Amino acid sequence: MTFTFVSRPSVAVGLATMVLLFVCAQCPAQFTPLTGPGSTNLIPQAQLIQPEELVHLLQGTGTGKPLLLQVGSHLLFDEAHIPGSVYAGAGSQPAGLQQLQSMVASFSKTKFIVLYCGCCPWDRCPNLGPAFKQLHDAGFTNVKVLYMANNLGTDWVAKGYPVERSH
Amino acid sequence: MNAVISQRIAGKAAPGPEEGHARPFALRRFALTLLLVAACLAAGGTHDACAATSLVHKRAPEFVRTDLDHKRLDLNAYRGKVVLLNFWATWCAPCQVEMPSFVDWQNKYGSRGLQVIGISLDDDPALVRSLYGKLKLNYPVAMGDVKLGNLYGGVLGLPVTYLIDRHGMIQAEYQGEADLGKIEMQLQLLLPSH
Repeated sequence: MTFTFVSRPSVAVGLATMVLLFVCAQCPAQFTPLTGPGSTNLIPQAQLIQPEELVHLLQGTGTGKPLLLQVGSHLLFDEAHIPGSVYAGAGSQPAGLQQLQSMVASFSKTKFIVLYCGCCPWDRCPNLGPAFKQLHDAGFTNVKVLYMANNLGTDWVAKGYPVERSH
Repeated sequence: MNAVISQRIAGKAAPGPEEGHARPFALRRFALTLLLVAACLAAGGTHDACAATSLVHKRAPEFVRTDLDHKRLDLNAYRGKVVLLNFWATWCAPCQVEMPSFVDWQNKYGSRGLQVIGISLDDDPALVRSLYGKLKLNYPVAMGDVKLGNLYGGVLGLPVTYLIDRHGMIQAEYQGEADLGKIEMQLQLLLPSH
């Protein structure tokens, strides 16, 4: 992976957000209104994967299938998720990032991983940026992020793509 | 991002307090219909987008929960009021853009019969309680769950807001960051005249 995180102002803002998240780990019940942009500006365009492309991958056979991790709301995951995916903790919460770290600890750094959320419109998602950065910083080199412009309902379920429900 | 707005207006009103004012009500209903169509087109809605939801024009699914103040929250108890039912979460930025307006509307239109109800889809109630106090929410909020989400067709992305008329019929659904000016106009048309 050839990008750096400190070369653009928007990325610097993202890093500042990460620092704030770390500080807030000490006060989990505190709430900061999220009225600014989301975290997805941390993710390079080259690391995005489109829904159609992922469906194609999942329908295939062999070793090309990724490890699919949902890094958003657990409740929304229980309502509907992509078959075979695993809930890995909310990327916007320190506890969620710890859960993600534990989940991938035993995998090779070259493991093909796809992160997704779909909680909110893409540019407002608070979870994907921190989750992607977490894996990048841990040395994972084959991580993609599923691009959903609106949310899981509109960009995946309504299109008739495969869905699994926990309840 | 354009909000995906899916909405229709009920074609036949249930009997109610406005029966003695049939003409003004019919005019208001017609005006609301035009507004809803315009809003749908303005949002760039295709035919599918504007007619996708199966809940619009149907009775709002009933539910009973306990709100954050430990009071019983029964949707059915608000029959006779116009209800703005908002699904939200503390991690949802667009939700937090909308909520101060909901507080204002509850103050402004509460005496005319508006009731805002919030359903949080957070995993952690502690964060919800924190926001409830910080934003000084003046309407009841309860925690949602998978069952309630499924009751409303699967709430798979936030925010989602339903406008429910005085007869318990869903008149509009707003997905994504909605145009607050349009929601306010539409709810005004459902409220009784001064």
